Amino acid sequence: MEVYLDNNATTMVDPDVYKAMEPFFCEKYGNPNSLHRFGAGTHPKMVEALNHLYDGINAADEDDIVITANATESNNWVIKGVWTDKILNGDKNHIITSEVEHPSITAVCKFLEDQGVSVTYLPVNDEGTIDAKSVEDAIREDTALVSIMWANNETGKLFPIAEIGRICKAHDVLFHSDATQAIGKVIVDVQEVFLDFMSFSAHKFHGPKGVGGLFIKADVELTPLLHGGEQMGGRRAGTVDVASMVGMGLAMQHATNHMAIAYENTHVRKLRDKLENAILELPDTIVIGGKENRTPNTTLISIRGVEGESMLWDLNQKGIGASTGSACASEDLEANPVMSAFGSDSELAHTGVRFSLSRFNTKEQIDYSIEVIVNAVKRLRAISSSYAYTPKDHDSQL
Amino acid sequence: MAKGDLISGSIWDEYSEQVIRRMDAPTHQGEITEEEAATLGAKLIVADFGAESCGDAVRLYWAVNEETNEIISSKFKSFGCGTAIASSDVMAELCVGKKVEEAVKITNIDVEFALRDNPDTPAVPPQKMHCSVMAYDVIKKAAATYMNVDMESFETEVIVCECARVTLQTIQDVIRINDLKTVEQITDYTKAGAFCKSCIRPGGHEEKDIYLVDILADTRAEMEEERMKNAADAEENDTLTFDKMTIIQRLKHVEAVLDADVRPMLIMDGGNMEIIDIKENIPHYDIYIRYLGACSGCASGSTGTLYGIESILQQKIDENIRVLPI
Repeated sequence: MEVYLDNNATTMVDPDVYKAMEPFFCEKYGNPNSLHRFGAGTHPKMVEALNHLYDGINAADEDDIVITANATESNNWVIKGVWTDKILNGDKNHIITSEVEHPSITAVCKFLEDQGVSVTYLPVNDEGTIDAKSVEDAIREDTALVSIMWANNETGKLFPIAEIGRICKAHDVLFHSDATQAIGKVIVDVQEVFLDFMSFSAHKFHGPKGVGGLFIKADVELTPLLHGGEQMGGRRAGTVDVASMVGMGLAMQHATNHMAIAYENTHVRKLRDKLENAILELPDTIVIGGKENRTPNTTLISIRGVEGESMLWDLNQKGIGASTGSACASEDLEANPVMSAFGSDSELAHTGVRFSLSRFNTKEQIDYSIEVIVNAVKRLRAISSSYAYTPKDHDSQL
Repeated sequence: MAKGDLISGSIWDEYSEQVIRRMDAPTHQGEITEEEAATLGAKLIVADFGAESCGDAVRLYWAVNEETNEIISSKFKSFGCGTAIASSDVMAELCVGKKVEEAVKITNIDVEFALRDNPDTPAVPPQKMHCSVMAYDVIKKAAATYMNVDMESFETEVIVCECARVTLQTIQDVIRINDLKTVEQITDYTKAGAFCKSCIRPGGHEEKDIYLVDILADTRAEMEEERMKNAADAEENDTLTFDKMTIIQRLKHVEAVLDADVRPMLIMDGGNMEIIDIKENIPHYDIYIRYLGACSGCASGSTGTLYGIESILQQKIDENIRVLPI
């Protein structure tokens, strides 16, 4: 059996989405900007896709949702755009973000630091989330932008976006949220919160890879990242990938339909809880960051004595795909900041395994996964030099 | 960067069958108890290396015959990735039947080689090469425990790159002999830094005591210092040629010749000259000058006088000198 439990990395394209994209490769292949029937033929479905996107996040018609190549582009655009508009051209010189953002935020901020911009990286608290108060405390006279993710990719923890939005509004600071891990998992309503920009990516909610979006609040200016043609109302140059846009639109509609029903009780949540509870029955296992306030598809579990990557090995051998925040093959062994946030027990940093589900997972898959995981834990703990597997010889946990 | 770097490889395809087999079912996993060692008439040695907080820890058990120093039985336990477990397994196996003093000579290169399916194909992807290093370190720890000596006593050389086992001495030598100027060149010549890349500069996968960037900078600085010292010594002994001089030495030398053989003539005519710059323009040395006093604006400054100055400097210093008035 093959079981894909790494949906925070990417997702399968919804078969309906794939079908909706197909005509735009060999039939309706016109350039939407062309002044002939081939170009115009793409318009109805593009409009429909845009409607799905606006509906999915409850954007107002006055707002913009610009189609980009991915959330990485959207994130780069916001930060570099605000740098151009407020820092290079004005008296602002400060950006606030968190330590646990995606590299497309933190690496851009590091780049701007090299250009002389001051950046505050807020740490997460014991529960793996950001205190809204810490954002307020960090705001200065010259703060141009606050950028805080909606949900964390590793833990699924939800950050207090509404509260941070209110704080930014009160201090007249631009607020951006990377909602890549939130869309399709929890309700994201841009009219319920004050925010100026919001990034997302289609392939995290069963859309195609290579397309994303940036929500820009009505009347908020942002210098383009890509200059060129007048596509997207002049906000972003480059011929729109019609197939991908159509795919993202439908994916958004499906994802938000599936979730809006009361996400607490969705299929994916039940499966996640079943998997999580079964693993927690094993001794010395904990959910990192706790169970509260999370996306319903994600669990990051520490299994004491079992190195994360060795766990992935055993899972992969049995057809299961999951992820670890501490793969020792990665260039930087520094455990990821989310894991480090639970710093008192640095041993846990290398024992985290993340399972992220989707609505396409089945009960049978989860039953199979539980069986495989339990066996893998037993096997790897028996090999482990740091887990007491024979109580006879080890009273303490070495 | 090049074509091969653009799409990251799937590490799963790069493990040898041996690595996979040993990770899936290690043959030497487990522990040796005091009783088991006693039954074998052997001394039990338990050595730990690494720490769970660093992501890698291994424990090695040996039963050693104290009369012959032979390792009769060898087992391991490991907190680590698949490569770490497979490496520990083959390492424990390699120890069996060896005398302790022989086992100490097993390196991570031997461990990796033993994991290969065929001699020409690496057993693990490059970024996993360092995972076999710990298997090698723990042997030394066990041997040190058994022989009751310090682990460092087995280290006769400073290893900079553990993946490829390249010593500090080797790296310093290739920099000097080949006049290397970049870290990439060092990697091309020695393979140091080709695998996990931790030893190249701080901030990599593992923290190191010494990095290639520093060795390069230090060695280049030493080479430069030696060059200067040689130049100064040669000047003292009057054996220094113009091409070996430092820029200051060149300037002083040219000034001295000008003072002795050129300026007196210019001054008699109410003029003078100064040096603006000396540029190396291989194969030439371009000396930029400015005429002063009566010489400036004198027609001969670009003809006869100029040729005169140039030929004196060429005769007295170096035939490749050109004089350029500005």
